[in-house]
Amino acid sequence: MLTAGKLLLVLALLVAVYGAGASLVGARAGNRALTDSGRRAVYAMAVALVATFVLLESMFLRSDFSSYLVATHSSTTTPAFYRATAMWSSQEGSLLLWATLLSVWSSAVLYLSRNRMREIAPYATAVLCGFAVFFVGLLVLKETPFGATSPVPSEGTGLNPLLRHPSMMIHPPMLYSGYTLFAVPFAFAVGALVTRRLNADWIRSTRPFTLAAWLFLGIGIILGARWSYTELGWGGYWAWDPVENASLMPWLTGTAFLHSVMIQEKRGMLKVWNVSLVLATGVLAILGTFLVRSGILQSIHAFGASTLGGPFLVLIAVMILGSAALVVSRSADLRSDAKLDAIVSRESVFLLNNLVLVAMCVIVFWGTFFPLISEAITGEKASVGPPWFDRAIVPAALLLVLLTGLGPVLAWRRVTLANLRHQLVGPVVAGSVCLVALLGLGITAGTSVALFVVAAFSLTVIAQEFWRGTRARRAMADESPPTALLSLVRRNRRRYGGYLVHVGVITLFVGVAASSAFESSRYADLRPGQTAAIGGYDVTYVRPTSRVVAAPNGRLERIDLGAVLRVRKDGKGVTTLDTRRSYFPSADPSLGPVSRFFDGESTSEVGLKAGAFKDVWTVIAPSLAGLQPAIDKGDRVFDGPGARLPAAQRATLLAQALDGLAASYVRSPPPATFRLLISPLVTWIWLGALIVFAGGLVAMWPSPRAVHRMVSAGYAARVARELTKV
Amino acid sequence: MAVVAAVVVVVVLVVVVALVASPLRPGAGRAAVSAEASDRDELEALKEAKYREIRDAELDYRMGKLSLPDWRATDRGLRVEAMELLRRLDALEGREGSEAALRAD
Amino acid sequence: MDPSRKRKIRLIVALGAVVVLATALVYTSFTASTEAKSPSQLLASAQAGKAYEVTGKVAAGSWTSRGTTNVFRVRDRNGRESVPIRYAGAVPDPFREGREIVVTVRKAGGTWVGERDTLVTKCPSKFQQKAPKT
Repeated sequence: MLTAGKLLLVLALLVAVYGAGASLVGARAGNRALTDSGRRAVYAMAVALVATFVLLESMFLRSDFSSYLVATHSSTTTPAFYRATAMWSSQEGSLLLWATLLSVWSSAVLYLSRNRMREIAPYATAVLCGFAVFFVGLLVLKETPFGATSPVPSEGTGLNPLLRHPSMMIHPPMLYSGYTLFAVPFAFAVGALVTRRLNADWIRSTRPFTLAAWLFLGIGIILGARWSYTELGWGGYWAWDPVENASLMPWLTGTAFLHSVMIQEKRGMLKVWNVSLVLATGVLAILGTFLVRSGILQSIHAFGASTLGGPFLVLIAVMILGSAALVVSRSADLRSDAKLDAIVSRESVFLLNNLVLVAMCVIVFWGTFFPLISEAITGEKASVGPPWFDRAIVPAALLLVLLTGLGPVLAWRRVTLANLRHQLVGPVVAGSVCLVALLGLGITAGTSVALFVVAAFSLTVIAQEFWRGTRARRAMADESPPTALLSLVRRNRRRYGGYLVHVGVITLFVGVAASSAFESSRYADLRPGQTAAIGGYDVTYVRPTSRVVAAPNGRLERIDLGAVLRVRKDGKGVTTLDTRRSYFPSADPSLGPVSRFFDGESTSEVGLKAGAFKDVWTVIAPSLAGLQPAIDKGDRVFDGPGARLPAAQRATLLAQALDGLAASYVRSPPPATFRLLISPLVTWIWLGALIVFAGGLVAMWPSPRAVHRMVSAGYAARVARELTKV
Repeated sequence: MAVVAAVVVVVVLVVVVALVASPLRPGAGRAAVSAEASDRDELEALKEAKYREIRDAELDYRMGKLSLPDWRATDRGLRVEAMELLRRLDALEGREGSEAALRAD
Repeated sequence: MDPSRKRKIRLIVALGAVVVLATALVYTSFTASTEAKSPSQLLASAQAGKAYEVTGKVAAGSWTSRGTTNVFRVRDRNGRESVPIRYAGAVPDPFREGREIVVTVRKAGGTWVGERDTLVTKCPSKFQQKAPKT
C-alpha cells in the first residue's frame, strides 16, 4: 500500500511536469494537439491524486497502523467519521488534500472552459501545473504521507480531540477549496497577461470560479469561527490569530476584485488594478498556506518549526516577482478605455469600496506581520493584540456598510441628482428612527450605535431595491408580485444575488458588533445547588454528571465529567444546559496506568442555548483535586500487584476502577469552575453567513445561455431584438 | 491488499497515459488556434456586458434613479457602443456568414 | 477649472489621505504593541506595569489552581530560567505542564499577572515535526 501510494505520487508529479511543459511548448508553437494533451495532463493528474487520496483514506478507515501517518493521527477508538477526516490534521495529509483539491478544481475549470479562451488557457494550464509540481514535489521529496512504522503499533495516537468537531472536519476542505480555486483566476490572469488578451473575455470566463473560490473561502472561515465558538471553550469566534488573518486577506482582496471587475467589464477601466488584485489574491492564498506551515508567527495553530518555510518563500517570491514583471511589461495593453464620467456615480462608490477593502487587507497584513516588522525596525519582537485590530478595522467596516447602502441608489455612469432625494428619504428616515430608538433604550456605545444606524440605512436601501424593482417589473410585464419578484431576480441574478450577499454581510456585522459590545461574561466557582447571577440571568449548578465512554471496539475512548445547569430569568426557567469536559487517555508510558486517563488531551463540550437575540453559553472546568488521592492509589495498585495479573483481567479491573472514579465524582462532587457568557445576537452571525452564501449561489447561477447571434440589416434593430431575448 | 494496490497503480497508469496521449495520435489533427476566434470571444464578452448595461440602465430608470432625459442619453450612448461592437463582430465573421444569415432571415 | 488640473488636485488629495492613514496605522501599531519576551529576557529587563507577551513552556510541577486562579511558572523554551505567573480565569483545554504557551503579563511585585483571556496554548499534536520512518 505504502509503495503504491508513493508510486502514484511520483506519477502525479511526472504528469504535472509534463502538463506544464506540453502546454508551454504547445502554446508557443501553436500546436493544438500538444496543448490539448497538456490540458488532459491536468485531468490525468487529478485521477492519480484522487487515487492516492483514496488509498491513504482507506488506510485511515481500516486503522492500518503500518502507516506512520495513520498511527500518529488516528486510533481504533477514534469514531469512524473522524478517522475518515483525520488525514488533514497532519502536515502531509493536508498537503495531499491541497494538491488533490487543486488538481480536481483545475480539471473542472479547464474542462468547463475547454472551448473558450483558447489562447489564454494553455498558459493558465502551465501555471496550474506549476503549482501542482510544487505541492506534489513537496509530498514526494520532503513530506511523504506514506512513511512506514516499525514495529507496527497495536494502537494509534488518535486524532487530537480538539479537532473532533464536525465543522473542523469540513473547515479545511472548504478553506483549501477556496485557496486552490483562487489559484485559478491567478493562473488565467497570468495567461491573459502573457497573451495580451486583457479585455473582457478572461474576466467573463473566470468570474464564476472567482465567485466560487470566494464562497468556499467564506464558508471555511465561518466554519472555523463556529468551531472556535463551540469547541475552544473561550466563547469567542474570532481572535485575530495569524492563521485566521491569513484566510481573511485573500477573501478581502477577492471581494474587492469581484466588485472592481464590473467596472472593467462595463467601462474597460481599472485594468491594471484588477489584474493586480487577482494576482495579489493568488499570492495571499499561497501566503495563507505558508503561514500555517512555516511557524514564523505565534499562533494557536502551532505548527512547530516546520521545514517547509523555505520552499514556500521561494514560491511566493517567484509569484510576486513574476506577477510584477508581467504587469509592468504589459502596461501598454492595460490602459483604460474610458474615464470616469461623474464623481457621483456607482463607479466611484465601487472604487471607494475597493479602496476600503484593500485598506482592510493592508491593516490585517500589517498587524499579522507586525512581529516581523517590529523586529526588523526596532530589533524587538512585539505584537499587536485584538484591540488594535478592532480599532483599525471597525471604522473601515462602518464605511463599507455605508457604501453598501450608497451604491445601489446611484446609477452607473450618470446620476440624476434631483432623483437622489427620492431614493434616500426612506433609508435616512430608517437610520434616524434606529438612532432615536437606540438612544431611547439607553444604548450609547459609540461604534455599535453607528454601525446599527448605518446598517438600518443600508438594509432599507436594499429592501427598497427589491420593492421598487418588483414594482417596475410589474409595470413592465404585468405580472403578479411574487412572479415579478422572481423574474426580477432571475433576470438580474448578479445584482440581486449581490444585494442578498450585502444583507448577509450587514446581518453578520450587526451580530459581531452587538455580541462584542454587549456581552456579559464571568467565572463562577459553584457547588451543586449554588447560583451565580450574570446579565440578568440566574445560573444554578444542579448536579454533576460523569460518564465513561467506550469505543465500539470496547477500548476506552474518553471519560466525561460535567454538570447540568439550570438557567432562570426573573424567576422563570429559561433552559437547562449540559456542559462537560472530556478526558482522552494519553499514550505516554511514563504516566501511571490510571492517571494516564486524566493527563492526556481534554476537550470542553460547551453548554449552549442559542437564541434569536441572546445566547447563553457556559463551559465547565471540573476540579480533579477530589479524585487525585484515588487516582494515585489506583496508579500504585495497578503498577504494583495489578501488573502481575493477566492482561484481560487487568483490563477488566482497570475499567471497574475508572467506573468507580466516575461514580465517586458524582457522589461527592468538588466545586467546579464555570465560565458563563450572555452574548446578544451571536446567532445573527451564522444567519448572516447563510444569507451570504444563498446570495452567492444566486449570483453564481449561470444565466440562461446568451442569445444566439442573429443578423439583420439594421444594427440598432438587432441590439433591440437581442435585448428582449434574455 | 497489496494486490488491490498494485491493480490500482496499473489502472491509474493506463488511464493517465491514455488521457495524455489521445490528442497526440496521428490523425487526431485539429485546427490551430486562430487569433480571430479569440478576438471574437473578446467582442462577444464585451457585447454581453454592454447588453447587461443597457438593461441595468433601463431598470435604474424604471426604479426612479434616472430621469427620462438622463436615461435616454445614457441608453442612446450605450446602444451606439453596442452597435459598434456588432459591426466589429460582423467584420470579423466576414461578409459570407452574414449574407447566409440574411437569406435565412 | 480645466480637467487635468482638477485631476491633479484629486490625486494629491487622495495621496495625502493615504499618507495620513498609513502614518496612523504605523503609529498606533507601534504604540499599542506589546513586546514579546522569553522568561529569561523578562527577568533581565522588565518594567513594572508594562505589558509583555511572554512565550515559553509551563514548568513541570509548577501548576496549581485554586478555583479560577491559576499559578504556574513559565520557563524558556530551551532553558531553566522561569518566571512565576498568576492567571485568573480558566486555562484553555490543552494547557498542561510542559506545553508551550503565550500569555500577556504585567509585573506586579515579585510575580507577573496574566491578563484575562490572553493565554494561548499551542496545540502540540497538530503538524508535529518528527522525522517519518521510511
